[in-house]
Formats: sequence, structure tokens, C-alpha cells
Amino acid sequence: MTITTQPETVGGWDYSPAPDNTKITIEQKNKLFIGGKFVSPKSRSWFATINPATEEKLADIACAGRADIDAAVRSAKSAQPKWSRLSGTERAKYLYRIARRIQERAREFAILETMDGGKPIKESRDVDIPLVAQHFFYYAGWADKLAYAFPGSEPSPVGVCAQIIPWNFPLLMAAWKIAPALACGNTSVLKPAETTSLTALRLAEVFQEVGLPDGVANIVTGAGDTGRFLAEHKLVNKVAFTGSTEVGKLLMRETAGTGKKLTLELGGKSANIIFADAAIDQAVEGIISGIYFNQGHVCCAGSRLFVEESILEEVIHKLTQRLGSLRVGDPLDKNTDLGAINSLSQLETVERYITSGIQEGAQLHRANEQRLPSKGYWCNPCFFTDVQPSHTIAREEIFGPVLSVMTFRTPEEAIARANNSPYGLAAGVWTDKGSKIFEVAKQLDAGIIWCNTYNKFDAASPFGGFKESGFGREGGMQGLRPYVRLGGV
Amino acid sequence: MSRLTVAKTYKLYIGGKFSRTESGRSIAIEDVKGNISAHICHGSRKDFREAVESATKAFDSWSDITGYLRGQILYRMAEMLEGRREEFASAIQTTQNSTAASANKEVDASVDCLVRFAGWTDKLQQVLGCANLVAGNYYNFTVPQPQGVVAVIAPKIPSLLGLITLIGAPLCAGNTIVALGSDTNPIPTAIFGEVCQTSDVPAGVINLLTGSQSELLEHVASHRQVAGIYSAALRKKDRIVVEQGAADSMKRVRFSSLENDDWYDGSIAASPWNIEPFVEMKTIWHPSAC
Repeated sequence: MTITTQPETVGGWDYSPAPDNTKITIEQKNKLFIGGKFVSPKSRSWFATINPATEEKLADIACAGRADIDAAVRSAKSAQPKWSRLSGTERAKYLYRIARRIQERAREFAILETMDGGKPIKESRDVDIPLVAQHFFYYAGWADKLAYAFPGSEPSPVGVCAQIIPWNFPLLMAAWKIAPALACGNTSVLKPAETTSLTALRLAEVFQEVGLPDGVANIVTGAGDTGRFLAEHKLVNKVAFTGSTEVGKLLMRETAGTGKKLTLELGGKSANIIFADAAIDQAVEGIISGIYFNQGHVCCAGSRLFVEESILEEVIHKLTQRLGSLRVGDPLDKNTDLGAINSLSQLETVERYITSGIQEGAQLHRANEQRLPSKGYWCNPCFFTDVQPSHTIAREEIFGPVLSVMTFRTPEEAIARANNSPYGLAAGVWTDKGSKIFEVAKQLDAGIIWCNTYNKFDAASPFGGFKESGFGREGGMQGLRPYVRLGGV
Repeated sequence: MSRLTVAKTYKLYIGGKFSRTESGRSIAIEDVKGNISAHICHGSRKDFREAVESATKAFDSWSDITGYLRGQILYRMAEMLEGRREEFASAIQTTQNSTAASANKEVDASVDCLVRFAGWTDKLQQVLGCANLVAGNYYNFTVPQPQGVVAVIAPKIPSLLGLITLIGAPLCAGNTIVALGSDTNPIPTAIFGEVCQTSDVPAGVINLLTGSQSELLEHVASHRQVAGIYSAALRKKDRIVVEQGAADSMKRVRFSSLENDDWYDGSIAASPWNIEPFVEMKTIWHPSAC
């Protein structure tokens, strides 16, 4: 059975459209950025990138083949000794410049991110791009302070870093990878996801603008094969990957015995635990942002909600109300809460999970469907009740706006059920009792614990998972560790 | 007539008990002169699985006791080892071609290594963790937490010091241990359980196996209950076996680069950066407001 919710309008009035303008220039042919220059691919192969909200083609993107990857890695290799010999303060000044240029071009980056990826403009404008600038600014400052981060040891750079990123936070993931790598004296070859290459290539323009030495950061575009060529390259010293657990395991096997350093930031099925003594209204807001932020395309999405049994009814009631007020549609509209699903294949995946939830006996609660635009990839946000721990939707990462609601009676049960997952990326805890929050936070097997909040990110705050959610941290002082070698270790 | 000496039967140490391998197999160990000096247990896959089970059971309480108490237990291990200095030196000399002086040096370094790790238990969090000043009204801090069961694959030599260095790092952080002792020099491993047992180390926190490392390697690497693997001096083909097997449950694998004199340099061997691979960094956010 499906329960649909009528959309809520404020005082009976609906919002007027408030689209941001799209008057930014997009090159029709987007080349590879290798050795400080935009170059045509030796592979002579190109692919189209589309706007998932309109299904219109935005541009052609170069598809890097083996020879292109080789050129990019060699350029990073030859640039690395000089880059690492620069004084830390000089390296820092380049990164500070990058941060400043991103702030200056923030609006353009935000619009492009939204057009290419489908996320709401209010998120790319207020979350993604500001965090990108902060990340470069934060790691810039570490470049000449590395010795203080590793007491008793002498950090040295790793070398050439192959960095492969996903499509859910395209420019932010590029910043998470490139900023600490460069700060530590490494050089980088970054491959964005094939559906979201445009902002990374525009970041390459920023590198040119600030005079970053040629070859220090290279951007190569393409799909899975391109990523594999990059990770396999013999001159690569480190592979950093953000993406699916499946590909993460593959990379771990492929790099076995090569001595390449590896960090993986993978999937999740994060638990959001709400106790009866929580501030319920705040918790409901946290649940909403936990699962529907960025259409649920978030590795740390709070996709399993555990509600203390006594407040289930109240939580469901408030959740239903709030779900009805979420606005799905034009990502460029400043009032939009949920934008487009990033790609047709991801939309199909999410829909397959929703069908499996219904088939396995859970009850679907979904907001009214009539608002969805006719073109583009859309998924109305929803949640399931009557979910059993064995249900597919309670176990597997959906990467979409789909929440599974379950109940518990005691803190011990909540902790045991939250930890009963091969993943361990993040978790949320909602209670007004201080001692309970610390005990639960201690016992949860997850790399990020949001207490009375959810989905908060900051350059100074380490991010990364336990168990099969990967290893290594990005952000904060601990985010430097993957990019240095330490003596005697 | 000379008195017939009473030789010790060497056993595995699993779940706080000395037991023979379930497989009933043993390996003859030759001393440096080529004479058979002992028979040690040839541990099996099943022994390993049982050891992992014991280590898993012991993890919750070992990781939850205070750093102060964990430190005292590690220090007690150092005290016990010091008291049996001669027995360990002679065990080292049985198979390792070393002088009495160098065997004593290895035992001394092992004791000191335990002392160093004992001191880390309640300080690690202060050195590896931190409070993070985020741009917003949040209190945000990062703390290390142990991972679970760590499998240790000890180097051939130094047989005692190598074992203790690799055990000490994950142990002091609150992990529990299943260790495969040196293949070629297993006697120190076989008697190290006696130190553990007399030091208030709770049953299952340290488990010690002897036998053939290469026989068990693939099994160790793929066992889903093992969270981390720490080894030294593995050959490349063995490193590939370990890393490939570790991929499925995404174990934390660390191949130590310690060799030769490094083992004797406590500042390197017991560096916090050798403990850090066996902790997970947990970052906790909380809003701050009235």
C-alpha cells in the first residue's frame, strides 16, 4: 500500500518560480587538462554530458585513453620534485590563491554544478562551493606546518596521487582530494565522474589563472576505464578513491603488492537514532536533511531511521507533514529542496529499490507526484515504515531520497541494530540527555557521529568510515595522513 | 648418573588456556647445531578460527577498560618478562644464531618495548585525537578508537622482539590480538603466553599460535572477523595474498618497514604512528547553543 501526502502550501499560496540565470559560457568541446594546458585527447574520443533536469546536452567531454593517462601521470611525475622542494609557505600561497579565485567565481561554479549534476542551487551555492573554497584555504595553511601534525616523525610527500571522485559532490570531492595532496607536496591526476566533469575542468582554469606550476594538478575525464588506467599506472604512488564499496574492493585487490598507498571513501547505510527524550521537531528536521539533502545522493545519508517505539506515531506524523512541504523540481530555482536525480541509470536504481521495498512488504509513504516536470530525471522523496532489518532497503545503499524507518525499545537495541551493517560511515543520535549521547556516540561503529544534528561538513572536520565504508580520513589534521610518508612506519 | 631433565611441552595459547593444536600436528624444531631441540604445535585453520573467536569475545571489555588499567596490565607484562629474562634469552638462542649478549639485548629491548606501549594507553587519544574548530556553532572533536581483532604475523627474527613490537602497538590501543609467531624461531612465542597469563591480561585478549605462517596466510587474510593485519618482513608474494584476501571485508593492513636495528630503537618501534594504523578516527559533532 502506498500513502501519498498532499503538498503543503503556505497560507494557500504557492511559491512563484525563482530560477537563477543560466547565462554562463560552456565550452562545446572540453579538453583534458594536462601539464598546465588544455589538450585534445589522443584517444580522439568524446562523450556528451547532459543536464539531468532537462535531458539536454550541455557539452562534449574528452574521454581519456591509456596514452592520455600516461601523459597526465608523467606530467605529474615530472612536476613533483620541484613542487615538493618549494617551501611550504610558497605552496600554501598557491592554495590560498586558488581558494580566493573560487570565492570570486563562486556563483558561476554553483550554477554550473547545478546544471551538470542536478542538485538544488541553494545547496551548490550555500554548501558545496563555500566548502570547496574553505577546503583549499584550510589545507593551504597546513603546507608549512606539516611537522606539527606528525609529532616525532618527519613527514615527506608520497609522490603522484591518482584521485578518482564521484558525481554527488563533484567540485567538493575534487577539493577534498587535491587540496591536501598539494599541501603535502604531492602532485595530482584527478578523474571526475563521467556525468559531472564540468566544474572540475573549470577548476583547472583557476589553476591556470593563479599560475599553479604546470603538471602539479592534472584533470583527466572519462568513465570507469579511464579511472582504471589511472589507478593501474606504474608511476602512481597513491590511489585515493571515493565511490562505491564494490569498486573500492576491486581497487584494493588491484593495488595488492604494488606498494601503492590507498585510501577509500566508500558507501554507507548510516543510522539515525531518535530517542523519546529528543527535541522531536529538531530531530525531524535532522532526519529530513539527513536523507533528502542532495536527493539522497550522499554516502553518509541517514538512510536507516531508528525511532524509539513510544514516539513512533508522533515522528511519522511530523515526517509526513514535512515530506509534503518539500519542493521537488527545477534545480536552478532558489526555492527547490530536491533537484534532479543525477542520471537515468541512478534513477532506475532508486526506483528498483522502491519497488523491492514494496514487494518485500514495507509500506511506502510518498509525497504527491503531480509537481514533477515532464522532462528530466525525478524521484519524489519517500520513506518506508514496517521495515524489517532483513529487507533489501534496510541493508543496501540506495543513494536516493528513500528512508527506511524502524523502531527500538532500549539504547542497547538501537546500538546493536545500528552497528549491524558492514558499513560504518556515519550515524546520528538525537537525545537531550548528555550522558546518553556520549555513550551511544562511543559505541556506534562509525567515523562521523552527528549528535543532535546531521549532515554537517567542514574542512577542519575529518570525514571517513569504519569497516567497509573504507579507510583514511579527508578533512582536518587527520586528512593529511594519507598524503605523507612517515619514517619508521 | 646425570639427572634427566624435564622438558617443557610447548602449546598454543588460545582464550587464556594452553592447548595443543586440534589438528594433533607438531613440527620438530632444530637448534642451531641441527639437533632436534623441541616439538612445537603446528597450528591449524581451526585453531586460528577459535583464537579469533576468543579475541572477538574479549574485545568489548578490553577496549572498554580505562587506559590507566590497560597501561598497568601492559606494564605488568614487562615486569613478568623481565623476571624471566634468562628463560627467554635461552629460548631465543635455541634457534637464532645469536650470542648470549645479543639474546639478552633482545629480551631487554622487548621489556622496554612493553614499557613504552604501556605508557601509550592513556595518552594516545591526546596525541592522535584533537578538537576541531569548525566554522559554525558546533563542538567538534576527533578521537581514536580500536578496530577489533588484529592479526599479527611476526617476523622470523627477531623472534621475541618482533612479536612483541607488532603485538604491543594494536594491543595498547585496545585491540585484541591473534598472533602467528615466527616460523623458524617459535619457542619464544610458545612461552610468551606464560607472561600473558601471569600479567592479568584477560583471557582471549592475546592469542598465540605457532606453526606455518604461509599455510594460514590466506585464511587470516580472508577471515571476516579480523579487522586488521600487522606484519613485518613478508615476501612480496605473501603481501599480495594478504592484501587481496583483505579486500573483501576491507581489513586495515599494515606491512611494517622495521628491520635490523630499527627493532631496537624504541622511539621508532613504539612510535604512535605505528599504533595509528590500528585505530579508527571517530569525529563527533554537537551543536553548541543555549
